Amino acid sequence: MEYWSLNPTSLKVMQQKRNLSQIHTNKTLLNGQLNTPKWWAPTVLILGIAVVIGLSAIGVMVNKGLGVTGLSRPVYWGLFITTFVFWVGISHAGIMISAILRLTQAEWRRPVTRAAELLTVFSLLTALAFPLIHAGRPWRIIYYIIPYDFARGIYPNIRSPLIWDPVAIGTYLTGSTLFLYIALIPDLGNLRDRTTGWQNAFYTILALGWRGNPRQWKMQTVGGILLSALMLPIFVSVHSIVSWDFAIIPSVEGWHSTIFAPYFVIGAVHSGVSAVVTMMALMRWLWKWDDFIRPEHFDALARLLIVVATAWLGFTFLELLFAVYGLDAPELALREMQLFQWPWNFLFIIFMLTAYIIPVTMWLFKKVRTNIALMFWTSILVNIGMWLERFMIIVPGLARKQPFVFTWEAYRPSGLEWLILVWSFAWVTFLMLLFSRFFPLVPLFEQKESQVFTDDVKIGRASVPAIIREID
Amino acid sequence: MTTNKTGKQNWGMVVDVDKCTGCQACVLACQSENNVPINTQERFERGRAISWIRVERYWEGNYPDVKARFIPIMCQHCENAPCEPVCPVYATYHNSEGLNVQVYNRCVGTRYCANGCPFTVRFFNYWEPVWPESFRNHLNPDVTVRSRGIMEKCSFCVQRIRRGVRTAKKENRDLIDGEIQTACSQACPTSALVFGDLNDNNSAVSKMKHDERTYKLLPHLNLDQNVVYLAKVDPEKKIESHSVESGSHD
Repeated sequence: MEYWSLNPTSLKVMQQKRNLSQIHTNKTLLNGQLNTPKWWAPTVLILGIAVVIGLSAIGVMVNKGLGVTGLSRPVYWGLFITTFVFWVGISHAGIMISAILRLTQAEWRRPVTRAAELLTVFSLLTALAFPLIHAGRPWRIIYYIIPYDFARGIYPNIRSPLIWDPVAIGTYLTGSTLFLYIALIPDLGNLRDRTTGWQNAFYTILALGWRGNPRQWKMQTVGGILLSALMLPIFVSVHSIVSWDFAIIPSVEGWHSTIFAPYFVIGAVHSGVSAVVTMMALMRWLWKWDDFIRPEHFDALARLLIVVATAWLGFTFLELLFAVYGLDAPELALREMQLFQWPWNFLFIIFMLTAYIIPVTMWLFKKVRTNIALMFWTSILVNIGMWLERFMIIVPGLARKQPFVFTWEAYRPSGLEWLILVWSFAWVTFLMLLFSRFFPLVPLFEQKESQVFTDDVKIGRASVPAIIREID
Repeated sequence: MTTNKTGKQNWGMVVDVDKCTGCQACVLACQSENNVPINTQERFERGRAISWIRVERYWEGNYPDVKARFIPIMCQHCENAPCEPVCPVYATYHNSEGLNVQVYNRCVGTRYCANGCPFTVRFFNYWEPVWPESFRNHLNPDVTVRSRGIMEKCSFCVQRIRRGVRTAKKENRDLIDGEIQTACSQACPTSALVFGDLNDNNSAVSKMKHDERTYKLLPHLNLDQNVVYLAKVDPEKKIESHSVESGSHD
């Protein structure tokens, strides 16, 4: 049996799109750098203002003290830690798309690898900012992030998950940045050859003498594959460690759980991949990359998301099941509050609807999966829900704590905290747009590689694709 | 046997709940001994009041047969303290004398320890502490005034422990049981709070520790606290159990 007859529909899909000339690819994908769109400058300006406002809010908080937040005695952690976990979750997009899909040779990953990796780098940078600014004396925090013995004669306490956090995130950030850069080199060479003046000098330095000879290609490919494989353990470790920030605490009901590590990891993939969907839709609209980011990609991502979201839902129910199974009175009381008491019941319903019920039900239909506008809005819903999920895990356990607390405080985040939350979104978008001005968001060489892989070759009367990786 | 060397003692406290009248003298004494900032109404309302020791009040029974129950709660100085392993900078650790110590200089204010504490006896300084001008000279010179952004909590009046040990050393003698008093135990009018060395078998705390009324808070967490409670004696308990059959309800 001829191999191309194994899955004719898949062959058809692969062949349908590909009649893009390399010139067209270059012209379209480099439009961010070579002819910057008109909306770019005003958008970046507005975002820049938002970033400055947010940074001033942080400045005010550092200057005045954490009294300006809504935190209190039992509720010591609030919006900042929730947002920290949220951004670490978003950062799982990169590893999922670029490493796992690369190693499993899923062809449809190609146009989104760079954007996903970029989202990883910028969301990690943002995530790292939150534990710093939420500390009482942020200017001293260098003590615990850098395990270097200054004059104190004391190393950081390696038993604390707060030490593992910067270690794990730092490793992830280093790996992701290297990965991003290695994948950028061929495109930098491309840009160098198409620019003049200071831009040419800029790209010449960054391209590291890329000439595209076979040896360089080999090194670039091997480097990418090695980094993907090396980053896989981080895929498991980063969010596991973040989850241990909570799971290690025996005295907060709703935190002390053994399933937190896989629960957080799968939740992170859910929100991260959804963020990639949001970003893909934006890229398609903003730079008019309809030829490259196509409905099939959204379809593939939505199918992946259905599986991930359902696995995540399983963990959510397991968490509740364990609580009920233990019949531990304080834990039962906490769950009762989360599920049935105002305002937590309202938040819980919103969380369930947005994180699972609405999006996954919609993704079951192919018409939704291939509709870019609907995919955009459902992926936004998922991330609203996933932010709420972290909030529902972190705050209720603290707000309604132990028997020996007279004050069961409600937590009402202050305006400043909301401002800093908004800042984090403006900041990530700002960085992404800034990046898009100087570097292509869709990897050109990957695009051309897949083009070569799927070019038709005539064998007798039949016209077959040169290489089909999907059904290998 | 006690020696006057630091590190040989295991400081502990016995709280006789039966004797506690809920008068809050311990709270005041602690407040003034340890330079704890004044808790204004606003701080209470925001849940940011700092009180190293507090008297929790519970109502027992149904109206009209209601009884007020009091239990003083302060740092339990757990041997297996959940607050200690989570501090990234060793700002809180267990010393050789059974004290759960807080090093203000090291603290960066992650508030992780406070989340770990099941008794919520760890307090965060959300604002710079302020005293009225007239209180300026009332601050205890032996105790650091905590700046904003760090955690603080009951230290078992470590400044008094250090002074007591130093005095004994200077006079070349052993520590006498009861010589070192925390501010709260000293102020307690009913001697419900007793402080002493648990390593010394003849000390008051060691003897009381073996009372049949002894219990520790939240035993399921296996914290091995150095603060031990003696249960409330309820003289009516027996009568009640006898009168179950006759049980007359109003």
